[in-house]
Amino acid sequence: MTSVLPALVMSGSQVEGVAAAVPATGVLSLAWLLVALPLVGAAVLLLAGRRADGWGHWFGVAASGSAFVVGAVLMVATLGAPAQERVADLHLFEWISAGAFTLDAGLRIDPLSLTFVMLVTFVGTLIHVYSVAYMEHDTSRRRFFAYLNLFVAAMLLLVLADSYVLLFVGWEGVGLASYLLIGFWNHDLPNAVAAKKAFVANRVGDVGLLVAIMILFAAFGATDFETVFGLASGANEGLLTAAGLMLLLAACGKSAQFPLQAWLGDAMAGPTPVSALIHAATMVTAGVYLVVRSAPVYEGAPNALLVVAIVGAITLIFGAVVGCAKDDIKKTLAASTMSQIGYMMLAAGLGPIGYAFAIFHLLTHGFFKAGMFLGAGSVMHGMHNEVDMRRYGALRRYMKITWITFGLGWLAILGVPPFSGFWSKDKIIESAFAADGGTGWQPWVFGTVALVGAGITAFYMSRLFFMTFHGSSRWPGHRVSETETVDEPVQDPHESPALMIWPMVVLAAGSVALGGVLAIGNAFEHWLEPVTGHVEHHDPVLPIPLIITLTLVLVIAGAFLAWRQYAASPVAVVPPRGSVLTRAARRDLYQDEVNEGLLMRPGQYLTRSLVYGDRQVVDGSVTGLARVVAGSGELARRWQTGYVRSYAATMVIGVVLLAAVVLAFRI
Amino acid sequence: MNLSNYLVLASVLFSIGAMAVLLRRNAIIVFMGVELMLNAANLAFVTFARMHGDLSGQVMAFFVMVVAAAEVVIGLAIILAIFRTRQSASVDDVNLLKS
Repeated sequence: MTSVLPALVMSGSQVEGVAAAVPATGVLSLAWLLVALPLVGAAVLLLAGRRADGWGHWFGVAASGSAFVVGAVLMVATLGAPAQERVADLHLFEWISAGAFTLDAGLRIDPLSLTFVMLVTFVGTLIHVYSVAYMEHDTSRRRFFAYLNLFVAAMLLLVLADSYVLLFVGWEGVGLASYLLIGFWNHDLPNAVAAKKAFVANRVGDVGLLVAIMILFAAFGATDFETVFGLASGANEGLLTAAGLMLLLAACGKSAQFPLQAWLGDAMAGPTPVSALIHAATMVTAGVYLVVRSAPVYEGAPNALLVVAIVGAITLIFGAVVGCAKDDIKKTLAASTMSQIGYMMLAAGLGPIGYAFAIFHLLTHGFFKAGMFLGAGSVMHGMHNEVDMRRYGALRRYMKITWITFGLGWLAILGVPPFSGFWSKDKIIESAFAADGGTGWQPWVFGTVALVGAGITAFYMSRLFFMTFHGSSRWPGHRVSETETVDEPVQDPHESPALMIWPMVVLAAGSVALGGVLAIGNAFEHWLEPVTGHVEHHDPVLPIPLIITLTLVLVIAGAFLAWRQYAASPVAVVPPRGSVLTRAARRDLYQDEVNEGLLMRPGQYLTRSLVYGDRQVVDGSVTGLARVVAGSGELARRWQTGYVRSYAATMVIGVVLLAAVVLAFRI
Repeated sequence: MNLSNYLVLASVLFSIGAMAVLLRRNAIIVFMGVELMLNAANLAFVTFARMHGDLSGQVMAFFVMVVAAAEVVIGLAIILAIFRTRQSASVDDVNLLKS
């Protein structure tokens, strides 16, 4: 038996080019600082209390920024190593020791985790800087920064962990931090409810991750990536499928994928920088990371991988349809995130050919989506926290920089060449057309979904852009038409302070150039090869130039449609009734109703009947027994009158009866 | 003289004693009823001893007398104690143990 195990581990290099882990040395052994720095930031800010109110926000920025510096140093060190030595494991300490079983806490520094480290710390730090100005008038700004630091620390632990159990710690930390931040303004009940909803939806996913860990542990006796992935290639397919599906459930909860997507829209209740952080860097990307990280598990479970792709495709269209109907600028962006993560899931579900593109799109999406969320925050900042896009319009004249940076993000998410989104999204569409080796029904279905999704994305993002920055101004105080004016306080749109502008400018620069730079010579794909492996690409079922042309035609058509409807013609301030589909999409395609009808109400009935059963049967039998005893005692008590004479009479009668009986038998 | 007349007398005395115990409320009278019952039993013992020519019955009668004497001492003491606390010698008033 002992001789079999190493042999299995040896045969574990499933995909060509995957590098084995080497012990971390040199600067790589500083990786623990990545988690420790923001964690210390959070602890200091929370423990120092009001004394830190004056400098707490800059301390938070410094904690996040220094993590970025450490990440950059590690990045340079890793880039300096040859490709096959870029996967390093850093042993921290022995965490759990129970008999023969030991679990070490360790960090894995490889191209995949470093990509996330750079995204999380860089975008996270920019959002920190932005929040300094955005939250300036909030009395609990220090607490806000403590939570932001906690969020970054948890996410870094999640992506750096070298075992599923340590990953789970970060996973839960992310869930906690998101709960605290979504409900940051929890003095308003809807915000607290939204936070609870996100928390509960995430718990459902967490159960999936727990079950997956248990399955893997029961099968392989270990939870660290090195052992699990080594043994996975020789394991039973049914077992891997079960583990893969449970991992997918976890990813669905964290990444707001169908059918656990309902929390994302409500999560907009949090302050806007939180939305940017959740959507770009620290939360919804965790599901994609989990699937890509677990690639060796999915390698042996093609059916689970197919389900991943199907879930991604459904969410892609779902989010896009919802995005078309929302009038709330943040909820439109949330629906867009859902849809874009759907693209990443679809790519991850395509297997080795898609992993690199899923992460690539995640990276570019992190930049342009964070930029657009910060842009939306800037618009709200200048518009008295108005979020209804029907009350915007013509803002380009008042917020020039916001308009330009948002516009660059908009072009990037549309996938217009040469902006970032084009390089990543187009690759996903091409890969979708090459699914399943380019044979059977899969390339056609997934390819078409991805293609149509790009068109719808162009429509709703252009709708958002034109409604906000173009057309006629519709905010109160300005004449909407000759006859009607809206009688509310006059809006005075203005550009945001420099601390908010600069992060947006930097992110906009990333939205423009990052994709193109990383796509030169497929640099990003090669960078990830030590993790995802090197794969030969199949030819898509359609020629690549045709796919690119079709995508661009659909994108331009969608954008033109939005321009005609929302920029060239007047937009009603009061939303029109709309078609059946519009009304359904406004209500998130009835996701809450479905959840309520399928889960919440039956759950309530179940608990109610259980409580009833508990009261009636369990408590009833106990109290019933007590009542019988008490009742019989009550009856027996009557005999004890307390009169000596009656006791004496009883004795006499008894003796007489006994005597009579004795005599009767003797005679 | 027929010995069974003593037995009839003993049972009559016993019944009178029992009735006194059951029907009267004054603790002293009840106590006297008890004494009457004890002595009725003594009479029966002695009668049977005479009938069978066996002294055991008479011995038993002495035992009963001794026990009765002790019982009188304790019983009267209890009655006195109750009378002191409750200003009554009625057995019906002694009902503190009843709820």
